[in-house]
Amino acid sequence: MVTHLVFWGLAVVAVLAGVAVFVVNSMARASYSLALSFIAVGLQVLLLQQLYVGVLVILMMVMEMAIMAVYMNMFMGMNPAMMSMNMVHGARHALPVSVGVFLLLAAGALFAPWPSRRGSLPEDVTAALGTELMGPKMLAMAAVGVVMAATIVSGVVLAAHRTRYDRFGDDLRRRPAADPQPGGVGR
Amino acid sequence: MAEVPAAVSGGWAPVAAGLLGTLAVAAALLDGALAGRAAGVRSGMGRSAGEVARLLRQRRRTTVAADRLLWRIGGAGLLVMALMIVTVVPLGRWTLFDLDVGVVWVNALDVLAWAFVWLTGWGANSAYALVGGYRFLAHGLAYELPLMFALVAPAVAASSLRVGEVAAAQQGLWFVVWMPVAFVVYCLGVVAIAVWGPFSPALGRDVAGGVTAELSGVDRLLFLAGRYALLAAGAAFAVPMFLGGGAGPLLPAWAWVLVKATVLLAGLVWLRRRVPALRPDVFMEVGWLVLLPAVLLQDLLVAVVVIGG
Repeated sequence: MVTHLVFWGLAVVAVLAGVAVFVVNSMARASYSLALSFIAVGLQVLLLQQLYVGVLVILMMVMEMAIMAVYMNMFMGMNPAMMSMNMVHGARHALPVSVGVFLLLAAGALFAPWPSRRGSLPEDVTAALGTELMGPKMLAMAAVGVVMAATIVSGVVLAAHRTRYDRFGDDLRRRPAADPQPGGVGR
Repeated sequence: MAEVPAAVSGGWAPVAAGLLGTLAVAAALLDGALAGRAAGVRSGMGRSAGEVARLLRQRRRTTVAADRLLWRIGGAGLLVMALMIVTVVPLGRWTLFDLDVGVVWVNALDVLAWAFVWLTGWGANSAYALVGGYRFLAHGLAYELPLMFALVAPAVAASSLRVGEVAAAQQGLWFVVWMPVAFVVYCLGVVAIAVWGPFSPALGRDVAGGVTAELSGVDRLLFLAGRYALLAAGAAFAVPMFLGGGAGPLLPAWAWVLVKATVLLAGLVWLRRRVPALRPDVFMEVGWLVLLPAVLLQDLLVAVVVIGG
C-alpha cells in the first residue's frame, strides 16, 4: 500500500517536473527540473526492484543534466538576472502534439492487459532483464556500444578545427606543440 | 570477519548521521589546528568553533536577482550527499541500507557534486561565483571518469556491487595493497568532490572565494560543513572498498572501521597544506592522459587476476 502511494507520488512529481521544464524561464531551472523528473523516474524503477537500472538512471541523468545546464548557459550567455528564455518553440502545433502523444502513451500504459507474474523473482533481476531484452544478440549490442563511443570520438576529432598540423607544424616536428591552451603533461 | 553485514532498522539513521557529524567536526578541528600551526598561533583548534558561532549570527547577504531556490539547494546539497553516502557504509556487522548495488549508489551520489557545486556558483548571480562553478566543472571533467573506473576495481575483485561483500572479499589481503592506483585515484576523487586542497581553485582567493564568494551566514556554514562531511563520508567509504572493512586485531570490527576512517580523513585534511592547487586547464590533461589510462590498466590487471585466480 505504502509502495503504491510512493509510486504514484513519484509519478506525479515526474510529470509536474517535466511540465516545469517548459514553464520556467532559465536554462538552469529547465535542466534541473528535467533532472528532478528523471530522478523521480529512477526512484520508481528502484520500487520495481530493478535496483541497478534505477540507480544508473539517476546517475546518468544527473550527470547529463549538469553538463546540459553548463553548456546551454555558456552558449546562451545566461545568468540568473536575465531570465527570459522560453523552452517552447512553435507552441501552436507543438503543444497539442505533445499533449496528444503523452495521453496516447499514458493510455497505452494504463489500459494494456499487463500479464500477471508467473514463477518467482529471479536471483539476479538485472541479468534476467538484460537476457530478456537482448537474448542471443547480447554480444552484438555490447559491440554496438563500443562502436558508438568510437563514433563520438571520431566525430569530435573530425569537427575540431585544429589539426595535428596546427599543433606540430607542417612537418609534424615542432616540439612542444603550439597550443593556445598549454596542457598539463607537456605534450 | 568474513560475515556480510546485516541491515539494521532505520531508527539508527540518527546515530550514523551523528558519527558522520563527529568525523566532520574532528576534521574541521584538525584543519583549524593545522591552520593555527601554519600561522604560528597556539589556539588553532578553537578557530572552527569561533567560525561556526560567527556564521550562525551573521546576517544573510543578498544579491540582486539571485536564483534563490537553486542557490539554497546547491548550498545544502553537499551535506545531504554525504549523509546518503554513509547509509551504505557498513560499520562492522551493521549497515543502514544493505543495497546490492551500493557501489553504484555511491557513484550516483558523487556525481551530484557537479550539480550542487555549480548551482551554488550559479545561484548567487555573481560573476566570481560563476567562475568558481565552472572551475569545479572543469576539474569534474577530468576527475569523474578516473573516479568511476577506480570504483570498478574493488567491485570486480569482489565480484559484487554490495559494499558489505566487497569488504568481506578482502580477507588476508586488503585491496589497497594490490590496487594502489585505484586507491590513490579514489582518494583524489574524494578530495575533488569535497572541493578540498588541490581542487580548491573553485573557491580560490584569486576569484574572491569563487563558489563561496557571496555565501554568508547559515548558507555558508552548510556549504563548509558539507565539504567536511563529504571528506568524512569519502574516507568512511574507502574503508570497506580498499582498507579491509572491519578487519583488524583486538578491537571489534566497528571500532576498526572508525579508526581507519579517522586516519584516512586526517591524511586527507593534512594534504590540504602539502599539495599545490591543480589548475583546471592543466589537470584536464593529467586526468585524461595519465589518470584514466593508469586506472584502466589497474582494472585490467584486477580483471586478469580475478579470472586467472
